[in-house]
Amino acid sequence: MHSNPAKNHSLVGPEAASERTLYPYVTGTSVVAIKYKDGILMAADMGGSYGSTLRYKSVERLKLIGKHSLLGASGEMSDFQEILRNLDELILYDNMWDDGNSLGPKEVHSYLTRMMYNRRNKFDPLWNSLVLGGVKNGQKYLGMVSMIGVNFEDDHVATGFGNHLARPILRDEWHENLTFEEGVKLLEKCMRVLLYRDRSAVNKLQIAKITEVGVTISQPYSLKTFWGYSAFHNPTVGAEGSW
Amino acid sequence: MANSTVDLPHKGGFSFDLCRRNDMLANKGVQPPSFRKTGTTIVGLIFQDGVILGADTRATEGPIVCDKNCEKIHYMAPNIYCCGAGTAADTEAVTDMVSSQLQLHRYHTGRESRVVTALTLLKKHLFNYQGHVQAALVLGGVDITGPHLHTIYPHGSTDTLPYATMGSGSLAAMAIFESKYREGLTREEGINIVVEAICSGIFNDLGSGSNVDVCVITKGNKEYLRNHLSPNPRTYVNPKGFSFPKKTEILLTKITPLKEKVEVIEGGDAMEE
Repeated sequence: MHSNPAKNHSLVGPEAASERTLYPYVTGTSVVAIKYKDGILMAADMGGSYGSTLRYKSVERLKLIGKHSLLGASGEMSDFQEILRNLDELILYDNMWDDGNSLGPKEVHSYLTRMMYNRRNKFDPLWNSLVLGGVKNGQKYLGMVSMIGVNFEDDHVATGFGNHLARPILRDEWHENLTFEEGVKLLEKCMRVLLYRDRSAVNKLQIAKITEVGVTISQPYSLKTFWGYSAFHNPTVGAEGSW
Repeated sequence: MANSTVDLPHKGGFSFDLCRRNDMLANKGVQPPSFRKTGTTIVGLIFQDGVILGADTRATEGPIVCDKNCEKIHYMAPNIYCCGAGTAADTEAVTDMVSSQLQLHRYHTGRESRVVTALTLLKKHLFNYQGHVQAALVLGGVDITGPHLHTIYPHGSTDTLPYATMGSGSLAAMAIFESKYREGLTREEGINIVVEAICSGIFNDLGSGSNVDVCVITKGNKEYLRNHLSPNPRTYVNPKGFSFPKKTEILLTKITPLKEKVEVIEGGDAMEE
């Protein structure tokens, strides 16, 4: 952390400005990720909400880190950008060693955990829930770090609302050795439920795939939704007066 | 005593007199007793012949499970059942009350009860108490106008839906419904989806657990499948069972009949005018 010369270091007096993140302002909603046969699949929509307004609709919340890892973030977007700057520096220093070795997903996950936990201990958290996935030397890795530093590794993870809506589906239907098509279908099923039931979700999402070979982040696309239930067209037939 | 005002009788509704006292106690650090909540998963869905309601069976008191096998699907009328989430006392009392009101209404009109009647009676009561009666209900039934499914929130608003979930496990159950529901389900498919949704709540939500209750209501027929699925059996049961060490000795036996045996004489004297 670089020291800010403009920061007021006095703890007493009315000029002691509050320099900690109190609330998030521009937020991204859930990220869902699963391990599949060849690597990791991660999906996130492209919405950045400003409170209850859907302000930004082309926010890329999935980013490549180094050669082997993919980072997806939900929560405050400016803190996400700060994390990306820090990770850029980390990868740059790693490349400067030029020793043929490169930071894999486990190492990046560990760095992120330390960063998030230390910021939380200073009561100045980075308001994000991060999903980190990657493949290195044939080993698949998928982990999550929350804004207070809780971290774990699992076969399928989700942040925010995804924990309540997507995790149950994944617990039922995930299995080892999903093919790419099956994995995408499963992720799309989860993202569709999130689109129906999460108010800050937007119908424009990206799915990213990371394998031993490399990373592809898809172009933004939208899901098909179904609103044609006859009960939706005429809900109070036979129950006049209710709604 | 000359300054005392006339004490008006209570007009009815919730009396807020003790709220200030409760606030004062809370400021002093006194914690109110926790209610018995049915932190719950309840669902309902409409299939081609009628309505299927489902519920889990766990009742919690804070972090403790106080009832492992409670009944959350309440009887309202022979053709209407209601699942309840929220404070257990509130859901029981409110559904009992409306059930007896419906019975009186049936005697009065001589017709089968309609789901909208139950809906209106519940919604009126809950709105009257401005959300303090914490009962969130899924009401379903089949009447002369067809199958109906409604959700009722503690403040008194209602929704009419083809599929609905309520309670702490509602998001887990809704995830299953949103991905699997379609119109024109058969009875088996409907029951399967309901059971899957309740199991999703049981295994993914801490406030729900134990067994799955299902109730299928069709035109002229209802089936209450209590503990239709028990996915959480007790794994280690003592094979010897329980044996009480000392038997109680019987010293004296005396039987007092509670009802008087009255002799009725056929063709006795008629009553006096």
